[in-house]
Amino acid sequence: MSDDDVLLHVEHVSKYFGQIRACDDVSFDLWPGEVLGIVGESGSGKTTLLNCLAARLVPDSGLISYTNRHGEVSDIFAMSEPERRMLARTDWGFVHQNPRDGLRLDITAGGNIGERLMMVGERHYGNIRHEAETWMNRVELELGRIDSPPRTFSGGMQQRLQIARNLVSGPRLVFMDEPTGGLDVSVQARLLDLLRELVRELQVAVVIVTHDLAVARLLSDRLMVMRHGAVVESGLTDQVLDDPQHAYSQLLVSSILQV
Amino acid sequence: MVAKKDTRTMIAVSGLSKTFVLHTQGGARISVFEDLSMDVAAGECMALDGPSGAGKSTLMRILYANYRVDRGTIKVSHEGEMVDLASSAPRTVLEVRRRTLGYVSQFLRVIPRIATLDVVAEPLRALGVGEDEAHDRARAMLARLNVPERLWDLAPATFSGGEQQRVNVARGFAAELPILLLDEPTASLDAINRQCVMGLIDEAKARGAAIVGIFHDREVRDAVADRVYDMRETLAASGDAA
Repeated sequence: MSDDDVLLHVEHVSKYFGQIRACDDVSFDLWPGEVLGIVGESGSGKTTLLNCLAARLVPDSGLISYTNRHGEVSDIFAMSEPERRMLARTDWGFVHQNPRDGLRLDITAGGNIGERLMMVGERHYGNIRHEAETWMNRVELELGRIDSPPRTFSGGMQQRLQIARNLVSGPRLVFMDEPTGGLDVSVQARLLDLLRELVRELQVAVVIVTHDLAVARLLSDRLMVMRHGAVVESGLTDQVLDDPQHAYSQLLVSSILQV
Repeated sequence: MVAKKDTRTMIAVSGLSKTFVLHTQGGARISVFEDLSMDVAAGECMALDGPSGAGKSTLMRILYANYRVDRGTIKVSHEGEMVDLASSAPRTVLEVRRRTLGYVSQFLRVIPRIATLDVVAEPLRALGVGEDEAHDRARAMLARLNVPERLWDLAPATFSGGEQQRVNVARGFAAELPILLLDEPTASLDAINRQCVMGLIDEAKARGAAIVGIFHDREVRDAVADRVYDMRETLAASGDAA
């Protein structure tokens, strides 16, 4: 077991946009299979942090290192561009809030799933088709829609397709930015359920940004509460939500409307 | 597996203090208890006693590491080692909950769309038990607690209070964990089901489980508790808790 190897190590990461500190001295470790939720209001810097972690944005200072399948640790910003791109295709996934940012709308659903496999070297058409069908099923999309382009799908279907596209290649770490954000409540519940199942079954580590504390409770093992770019509190998810210590976390939790 | 006279300490709480600071209400401080210590051995059931507001539920939540503490240690016997939940990393706490520490709360936290059978089987699945066996054991537990079979494939969101509580008890006892925390496990049950839960508690003790519980029902408490811990003695002097 390599369970004691930290998967993602984050040390003193800061990012400024002009005078604005979007991300202020953030440090944490993520272990394999662990789900970390990042919560906070709009403008708290959670998406900026996520983008830095996923190497989509270069931080102004700090270190982010990743341990690959072979146990090799590397600074993600010291890698060459092709290495980093390879990492993003093989070991990582990124689920965008808007599925249109993560899908190719004009190629078929099956093509969207298969493309990820082709990126990691799969060439056999039959295998790719078979995997695409399997994943259509797993994310509860009708097989009959496999040859339709996702622009003909509803938002919830597109989001499930984006998840299939990300998970088909067996990533070890998936970044998610408000994955249930733009969806109706009933569609949201179904998607959450699906994500919960898949994350547990595949033992994939996840960093998920959400402003919805119910989503955070359902999916994450651990939480970080962000405000003005800084982490004000972190810990076990139910501890942070049921016994928040920081004034801002208390305000967040007590602001939830009861249904 | 467990020897007949097993007296290992399973829970060792020492010097526990807990204060709630309510930042959203002018920084009010509510001190719940100070310097609380207790031990629970394998095969033993400890009942928490005291009036409403004495901190019984707070202590239960602290024992589950759901609430934090200001000072003190909460050591539990996990895979042969004493692990302090108050200072452990989240993933350690989750591992202790998965393998060692079960909690039956008063209310079932319902997850949309998950069938009752899966709710009960989930702790077993988390221990690596295969789906078929986990479902078989979950069925046996639900049948024992008289949850009608027609409900097993439904999500428990719409069940009655008593039905939800029995689902919760079934889930809590299914995995036969070494330590169980029971918060009013019989509160909304009729006589037959109360008897049934008492039977489960006795069996858990017989296999060596350490149990801490809140039992408002005197009859249940007298039947299952080996010791009673009086929360009045540790009730903090300060604070506005009634």
